[in-house]
Amino acid sequence: MVLQWLFDSVLVLALLWLAWRVLDSADLFKAVVLFIAFGLVMALVWVRLNAPDVALAEAAIGAGLTGALLLSALARLNDLADTTNETHTLGRKK
Amino acid sequence: MNIAGRRWHLLLFRWALMLLLLTVAGGLGYALLSLPEQAVGLSEQVRVNMEMSGVQNPVTAVLLNFRGYDTLLEMAVLLAALLGVWSLGAAEAHRRIDPQPVLSLLVGGLAPMMILMAGYLLWVGAYAPGGAFQAGSVLAAAGILLLLSSKRFPVRLMGWPLRVVLVIGLGVFTAVGVTLLCVSGGFLQYPSGLAGALILFIEAAATLSIGVTLAALFLGGRPQAGPYR
Amino acid sequence: MSAALLYALAGVGLFTLGLHALIVHAHLLRKILAINVMGSGVFLILVSLGGRTVGAVPDVVPHAMVITGIVVAVSATALALALVLRVQAATGRAELPEEPLE
Repeated sequence: MVLQWLFDSVLVLALLWLAWRVLDSADLFKAVVLFIAFGLVMALVWVRLNAPDVALAEAAIGAGLTGALLLSALARLNDLADTTNETHTLGRKK
Repeated sequence: MNIAGRRWHLLLFRWALMLLLLTVAGGLGYALLSLPEQAVGLSEQVRVNMEMSGVQNPVTAVLLNFRGYDTLLEMAVLLAALLGVWSLGAAEAHRRIDPQPVLSLLVGGLAPMMILMAGYLLWVGAYAPGGAFQAGSVLAAAGILLLLSSKRFPVRLMGWPLRVVLVIGLGVFTAVGVTLLCVSGGFLQYPSGLAGALILFIEAAATLSIGVTLAALFLGGRPQAGPYR
Repeated sequence: MSAALLYALAGVGLFTLGLHALIVHAHLLRKILAINVMGSGVFLILVSLGGRTVGAVPDVVPHAMVITGIVVAVSATALALALVLRVQAATGRAELPEEPLE
């Protein structure tokens, strides 16, 4: 019983801390990688909540596919920024 | 406005935002805490109707049978998003990337296994956690791996065969619904003996569609007619 | 407080964090990340409230809704990312312009 509460509180704290780091980090690449980790911890939470189908969908789509989409877009944003010689830096927190 | 006034404005904005967010969070938390501890919801009705649904996995029963119309609309949303991405521009031209040995080896070994796993997830979705969306996402992951390893798909497959595969999920779903509407008088009203078979048929088409749509979303634009990735 | 309620409150926390980041940041990619975090918070509330049933079997209708929601979220994210790339190609930056606080 105590062990369950410990596990639940560790998961919730990890989730909230990861979300805060995703939204608050200065480097966008780091934010996207932490977002993938956030998705995987969410998959753990779904398993804890007796939702294995949702866990499968979240791990594959929410973490994997969204992460791949974000990384691809970030790479293209940086490419476009390089070719137009922007003066302000992308990836720096505004 | 001078610097001091601007700083004061920023501070006021920040504090007002914090106050607003605390109010929102507090209101939502209070609403949650005032909900009853135990609530049956719809679980009783799902349990009672499971035998006539045709599958043993309650999530698949809800997704494909009890709330099948929602799933049909969701596949339409997926297709609409792809149309939106395609209307914004063509996919960027293939960049000349040297084939990396580790990636090629990995993709060569992993991609067939992922296709096999997608088939397994599709089949097992009737009895255990799995189903069309999970299988489709694994298929999409295999497609993305192929795209990342600079695999060039045959040009003649990127024309109307691609379009057919993209539409086949929604098309089969709608066709089954309309046929059932004409035959038994209810849109997507499965006859009790055929429900399991119809669900598997629809899910197979949906898996193909979802996988290819998600991989095409990763591509980020209209596939070009000429030699490209 | 049951486990379901703890996760529901965590969902509220995620939603609020995402809302704050959505309002504060000007970079469009950060806004997309914030919307995804808000979506995850909402899904967490839905599924955890569905776990309040008596006994071990949860209410699966929220699970189906959340699976649908995850797929819709990824397609919306893909469309939003394509739009961000177009905005950058058109204006040269992927950020909302700085507004004078007059």
